[in-house]
Order: sequence, then structure tokens, then C-alpha cells
Amino acid sequence: MNGAQNNLIKKGYQWLDDRLHINSLVEYMSSKAVPQHSHSIFYYLGGITLFLFIVQVITGILLLMYYRPGADSAYESVKFIVSEVSFGWLIRAIHSWSANLMVLAAFLHMFTVFFTRAYRKPREMTWYTGMGLLALSMTFGFSGYLLPWNELAFFATRVGTGMAGAMPVIGDYLMVIMRGGEEVTGATIGRFFGLHVAILPLLTTGLLTLHMIFIQRQGMSEPMNWAGKKQEDKKYMKFFPNFIYRDALVWLVALNILALLAVIFPDGIGVVHWPLGIKADPFAAPPAVIRPEWYFMFAFQALKMLPAHIWFLEGELFGIIVFGLGGLIWMLIPLLDRRANENKRSPMIMAFGTFVVLFMVVMTIVGYLVE
Amino acid sequence: MSDNNSRRNFLSWLTGLGSLAFLGSIIYPAYKFLVPPESGEANVSQVKLPFTRSEIEGEEKKAKTFKFGRTLGLIVLTGEGELKAMSATCTHLDCTVQHRPDLGIIWCSCHNGRYDLDGKNISGPPPKPLELYIVNEIKGEIFVSKETA
Amino acid sequence: MIKFILIFIGLLLFSINGFGSDNNCMSCHLDLEDEGGSASKFAKDIHSQKGLGCADCHGGDPTLDDMDDVRDSKGFRGVPNHLEVPDFCARCHSDAAYMHDHNPSMPVDQLAKYKTSIHGQRLFSAKDKKVANCVSCHSVHEIGDGQMPYSSTHPSNLPATCAKCHSDKDYMTEYKIPTDQFEKYSSSVHGLALLERGDLGAPACNDCHGNHGAAPPGVSSLAAVCGVCHALEAELFEKSPHADAFLENDFPMCETCHSNHAIFKLSDNMIGTTESALCTECHAADDGTIGLPTADSILTSLNNLVMAHLDAKQSLDEAILKGMMTTNEEFLLKEVDQSLIQARTLIHSFNMDSVAPKAMEGIAKADTVMVNSAGLIDEYYFRRKGLAVASLVITFLAFMLYRKIRKIEQK
Ligand code: HEM
Ligand code: FES
Repeated sequence: MNGAQNNLIKKGYQWLDDRLHINSLVEYMSSKAVPQHSHSIFYYLGGITLFLFIVQVITGILLLMYYRPGADSAYESVKFIVSEVSFGWLIRAIHSWSANLMVLAAFLHMFTVFFTRAYRKPREMTWYTGMGLLALSMTFGFSGYLLPWNELAFFATRVGTGMAGAMPVIGDYLMVIMRGGEEVTGATIGRFFGLHVAILPLLTTGLLTLHMIFIQRQGMSEPMNWAGKKQEDKKYMKFFPNFIYRDALVWLVALNILALLAVIFPDGIGVVHWPLGIKADPFAAPPAVIRPEWYFMFAFQALKMLPAHIWFLEGELFGIIVFGLGGLIWMLIPLLDRRANENKRSPMIMAFGTFVVLFMVVMTIVGYLVE
Repeated sequence: MSDNNSRRNFLSWLTGLGSLAFLGSIIYPAYKFLVPPESGEANVSQVKLPFTRSEIEGEEKKAKTFKFGRTLGLIVLTGEGELKAMSATCTHLDCTVQHRPDLGIIWCSCHNGRYDLDGKNISGPPPKPLELYIVNEIKGEIFVSKETA
Repeated sequence: MIKFILIFIGLLLFSINGFGSDNNCMSCHLDLEDEGGSASKFAKDIHSQKGLGCADCHGGDPTLDDMDDVRDSKGFRGVPNHLEVPDFCARCHSDAAYMHDHNPSMPVDQLAKYKTSIHGQRLFSAKDKKVANCVSCHSVHEIGDGQMPYSSTHPSNLPATCAKCHSDKDYMTEYKIPTDQFEKYSSSVHGLALLERGDLGAPACNDCHGNHGAAPPGVSSLAAVCGVCHALEAELFEKSPHADAFLENDFPMCETCHSNHAIFKLSDNMIGTTESALCTECHAADDGTIGLPTADSILTSLNNLVMAHLDAKQSLDEAILKGMMTTNEEFLLKEVDQSLIQARTLIHSFNMDSVAPKAMEGIAKADTVMVNSAGLIDEYYFRRKGLAVASLVITFLAFMLYRKIRKIEQK
């Protein structure tokens, strides 16, 4: 470091420390250690998800400056953003790319946590808040998809909310609440908009804070097979500055990838795309393929493939019940996997996890192939 | 040693510059984004016409075309001094229609299609009326909007 | 009790047989094979829909059960022969008072017009049984008004209706007129528009030839006939130097260049001074007119506009392909389309200076499209460059950070 620069930084630090005692905070952080092993790389996934969320907040706030909800202004304002506002195309492209990557990162994060069984005691609550965050991200995506009020989004939302309507007992009420009426209309945009820019950010920030506090208090989980190891065989890295620097490096790389994707494929690519296209017209014939976003594809496809009736239940209803139960089991894994706390293998749980991953991957691929 | 030192100095200087450039490449687009574009705001289902009634009156055909979203609109000044606006695209084969003050009709020269001043197709090939818009004059400015059902 | 039941069954049988109904015609005529089932078609006939029954045309008392009794009953008219048909229909259709009660807006001059047509003249004076009478075109028992899609006189069915006779070589031999009109028409711009695209605004046979008073338009009236739709062209032509020249030489106006039934898709090569151009069929370089220079100048203006349009479209397409927002430019290109249409219309003035200004106007707009599209394409590359710079900066910082990490970890 350059001497003068160094001096300035030192002085600033001193000034802050005098007032806030951050030294103790730094000491606390440097005393923390991150285990080093062949799967250490998984520890960065949560950070990437956090980074992408921050990108979403910043670009989302920028979009808000011009976006106007409403059946006869939503589409027009998004078109205005991408065609007239300078760099509007870039902000929208980054927001959309980052949205998809954030869901992807959150999923990967969750599966690595699952298979390393990091949810075991004492980190059950971190798992529960994480599940909540994943659900919130998916809801973010679902509600954001409708906001441009274009043809693609309109029909996908109509199908999506329609599926929620098939839920037992509450289905009909839920659908009307979600749509703001019997049909997807301008009223639906109002609701989705409120959800997307107020309710979800608030809930996410809250849950995220809890999630982070838990992690800071508990540190990173150690791999299961370290239980019997001698202390000197275990390798660690300091949380501060080593891990933080590495995290920053990963964020820079993520940002670079995000910028490349957004500039080269501003409308997305392949099955992950969001061309503005034409304005939604509720009376027009639906397009040939109506697709949900890719992370709903497995559920969409599975529900579509069910027969009309299973036992005495409607096929769709049956599917929703099974998905609901599956989700509940997944959510309650820390309670069900008792053997993890005793450092024992749980082949049943791992088999269940493998099945879920395979099911999701296969259904997603089938979903894109059959149409 | 001093060689090493100057190299290190150069690198840290470069890193500082890089960090500035980095901030710049984030702040510049964000700043440009926030500068309001010339057209001000997204035009919704209403446009303000870039001309006045007297300019329409000055036209030989007592009419002017204007851009309305993706479509072309026609605003005409009728014999009674009323302003009427409608889509300017003939419903037959997409020619642009014109006002014929001499006949008191909207005329499509391509196949002699005729519409009345409310856009209703009255003779010739056009199968449908022209979409009629709502005209509002406020303090000398003309606003055209779509009918909202 | 048994007696009652028998009486009941008897009554039932009688009522099935049509006993007591006021129209017994169908009970027999539905089964008559030599009538080809025409009685059964009658339900969708416009007359049936308006509440008329068999007896309203054919006379007789429909309440009678026995055919022979009907034949002898009051007002029985039976089936008219080919020559009688026009008067048979006109009994009502020429009766203004009667028609007024059913459809006041319907004309009652069909018979009068028919008598002026070639069909009518031959039928009445030469007693020609082969020419069309009412039912030849309108059908016998499936008559619809021209709006009904099934009707033989609906615009999209009409050409085929006329072609039933007019395309039949053997049938038409004795009249010594061509039989290829339908074939030509079907592949003409009008035929394609009407029969393939379903554009009901496009002319069918009757729009040029008339219907009840059918006759080919004369040489002098041709401009008026085509001018019904192509009004501007006709108007320009009337004022052009060709108007008088064509009249003097007995050239039919529009047809001379465009033909009649087989009107082909237009091409700019029709005008000009080359051999393939139509102008040179009459004009020569030394014919003492300004014909060819005019043709040449018009063609040049037109070609310039066409080229400008093409160039503009190409660069616009490239900008679209690059994913840029091009709504405004697409819009402007539509205006160039309009200029092109108008310039081509203006050819009919056959005036040296008429096409050029319109072409210039279009070219100016096309140039704007070009410039703007080029700007958008530049913008596309600007984005890539900006990305490259930003990406480089980020990569550099990432590298420096990597060095830093290595350094602390070596300690
Ligand atoms: C505070 C946080 C956020 C704010 C203020 C915000 C705001 C907005 C706004 C105004 C739009 C409409 C403009 C547009 O369609 O491009 C939008 C769209 C969208 N948002 Fe967000 N957003 C936030 C976070 C998120 C998150 C966390 C996700 C996903 C995990 C997300 C996913 C989406 C998606 C998929 C779209 C549609 C993009 C498109 O098709 O244009 N947003 N958001
Ligand atoms: S395009 Fe207007 S009448 Fe044919």
C-alpha cells in the first residue's frame, strides 16, 4: 500500500473505532474460522445469493423510478424504460438475469446444505429461515413476471394462479385474493406490484437478517466426517480477512458474469427469456406454448402429467396435496433426520433428497421437451 | 528493494484507479438512467398532439396525422368546427386514409373506401369502421385518448 | 275401453300422416326421387325463412291430401318451364306493393333489368332455353340473399356460379365467346383477394358486369367501372394525355395495360423504355411524343424510391436482428410504404413531374430510417465496447484481490 493512502485509511478507522468500538467486532470476526475441506466451495453459494439479492434491490429501486403499475400503463412504462430511458435496457436486463440467477443460487445453496446435512443441530433455525427465503425468492419471481403486462406474462400468470385455485378448501378464495377478482386483470397488477416491491422486500430483509445473525453466531458447519478427527487434522481459514476477501472475489466474478449476460442477452436466452413482445390482451387467443418460469416447470409438468382422477380425488388436487406434503417434509428435515445429531448416516434421508433432485431435474427436462 | 517498492506503488496506484473506474462503471449507467429522457414519461393511452387547432385549420385538408403508440392517428376539423380523431389505417388493406372536406368524409384513396367522420365505413371495400379516439382540448392543447371500456 | 284405444291410435296415425295440417305438400314431395330432393332443401331457402310455403309460388290448395286434387285446385301453377321462370318469379318480385309488405328496401326492377341483359334478350326474343334465367344463378329451392354464406350469389360463391355455364366449353360453343374468364379471374389479383384471402371488398363478376342487367362494360365506360374502387387512378388518368389518345384509338382505358379478367400482380417493369415495358408497345423513340422520356423519368424516380425503401428496410432489419428497440423506425418505414403506394398511383397521370416529388418525399423518410437504424446499430456496438471496458476493469480488480489473498495466506 501507498504510504499516504495507508495513513488516511488508518486515520478513518481510528476515528470510527473511537466512536463505535469496531475493533472488538473485527476481533470477533477474525477469531471465527471457516473449515477448509473439499466442499468448502459450497460456503460461497449463500453469499452469491445475498449478492444477487442486493443487485435486485438496487436495480429494482431504479426500475421503480419509471415503472407504473396498471393495465394501461404497465406495459407502456416498461417499453418506455427499455426504449427511451438511457441504460433502461441494461437495468431491466440485469434485474431479470439476476432474478433468475438468484433463484438458481438459492436452490443450489439449499441442496448443498441438505446433502452436507448442515441443517443438523444447532442450525435448525437457519434451515427454517433459509426455506422461507427460498419461498420468498420464488414468490418474487412469480410476482415480478407479471409486472411488464405482456402476453407471455399474462397467460403464464393466468395458468399459475389457476393452479393455486385447485388447492383444497382454500383454493377458490386464494385465487380470488391473488388475482384481485375472478380473472387476471389490471387489479392483479396492483396486487402483484404491492407484493413485489413492498411486502416481499420487507419480509425478505427480516428473514435475511435472522438468517445472517444465526450464521454469525454459529459459524460455518463442519463436515460430518470431521466428528472423530483430531484437532490438528482439521484445517481452517480465518473468517476475516481471508474468507471475506474470497467472498468479495466471488462477488466480483458474479458481477462480471451478470454484466456479460445482461449486455449480450438482454432478453434472456433459450428457455430463460423475457422479451417484452406484445401487450397482454385478455381477449386474445393464448399463445401456443404457455410456460411458467423455469423453476416452476417441474411442478407445472408433474401436475400436467397426472391423470384426471386418482382414487376419489381430482388429479390436480392430488398433485397439490402430494407437493404440499413433500414441501412440508423437506421443510421439517432437521426434525426428521434424528440420526444426524448423533453423527450417524441416514441413507433414507439421502435417498429422499436424491429422489427429489432427480424428480425436479427430470420433470423440468420433460416439461421443455414435450411441448 | 527500491525497485520492488516502486512496482508495488504502481500496482496500488493502479488498483486505486481500477476501483474508481469500477465505481464509475456502476454509477455512470445508474446516473444516466435517472436523467429523465426527453419524452418525459411513458405515453400511456393518451397523447398530447404536437400541434394546435389553428395548425390543423391551416392545412388544406383540414386534418393532420399523429403518432399514437404503434398506430397512426388522423385528427380532422369538421365543417362544424369539431375535432375528431381516429385511427388513420384503412381497415381494408392498411393504406393511410385522408380527410375530404369537400365530401365531408374520410377517404381511402387505395380502393375508394369511404368512412363518415365518426369512422364508420360507409362504402367501398373497408369491412370495419376506423377506431375512433376521444379528443379533449385543454387550454389550446389537444389530447387524444383511447376509449377505456 | 278397447274401442277408445283404437280410436286414439287411429287419431295418432292420422295426425302423423299430416291430417289437419295446412301444408301437406311435403308428405309426398319429400319422397319423390325425380325431384332430386329439392323439396327438402327448402328449409334454408330465404322464402321459407320469411314464412312463405310451397303454395305461395306453386299455387294450389296445400291442405288437400291427394296430389290429383291439388293439381285441380284453385290457382295451381305447378312447375314453370325454363322460359316461364322469369315471369313466375316476377309475379311477386315486380309487384311493388306485395314486396313492400315483406321487404320494403328490396328493389322490384329485376325483371326489367333482366330484359335488357344478353341473357334476358335471348330468352325472350330467341326463346333460347340455354341462357341463364333466375334459378340458374339463384338456385331453385336454396335461394339466399347475397349475404348468406351458403348462397350461390354470395360474393365468394358467385364466380363459380357464373362459371357453371361460362366455363363449360361444350355448352358455350354456339355463342362463340371465350370460356377462360373464370380461370383467368381466379389467378388475378381480384380473384386471389376474393377467393383466397376472403376479402369481400374485392370485385366478383357482378361488380363489373352488373347482375340482372349483365353486360360487358363498354370501352368508354371501363374507366368508370374500375374507378368505382380505383378512383384516384381513374381520376388521374382522365386528366392525363392518354385519355384522349385512348378514346381516339378505341383503346379500352384500364384494360389496355392491365388486361381484364387476368389482371396480374403489378410490377414496376410495366413502365419504362425497354422492350418488356408496356409503353413501347405504342411509343417509339421517334414517334414525335414525349412518351418515352416521360416513361423513363417516371421509372427512374420510382426505382430510386424502391431502392431507398429496400436499403432502409435492410438496415432496419439488421437493427431489429440486433435486438434494438425500433418501434419509431418501423413506424416511419410504414410511411415510406405509403409514399411508394402513392407514387405508383401517380403513374396514371403520365406526367413527367408528378411522380418525382412524391418519390423524393419517400426517399427523405427512407433516409431517416437508414440514419436512425445505423445509429441503433452503432449503439449496439457501443454497448459491447462499454461492456468490454467494464468487464476488463472488474477482471483486473478481481485479479488484484486474488493476489492480495495469496499474499496474506502465504504468511
Ligand atoms: C426490493 C427488491 C425489489 C424491487 C424494488 C423490485 C422491483 C421490480 C420492478 C419495479 C419490476 C418491474 C420492471 C420490470 O419488469 O423490469 C420488477 C420486475 C421483476 N422482478 Fe423485481 N424487484 C425486487 C426484487 C426482486 C427479487 C428478489 C426477484 C427474484 C428473486 C425479482 C424478480 C423480478 C422479476 C422476475 C421481474 C420481471 C422482470 C421482467 O420481466 O422485466 N425482483 N421488479
Ligand atoms: S386499402 Fe383502403 S380501401 Fe382498400
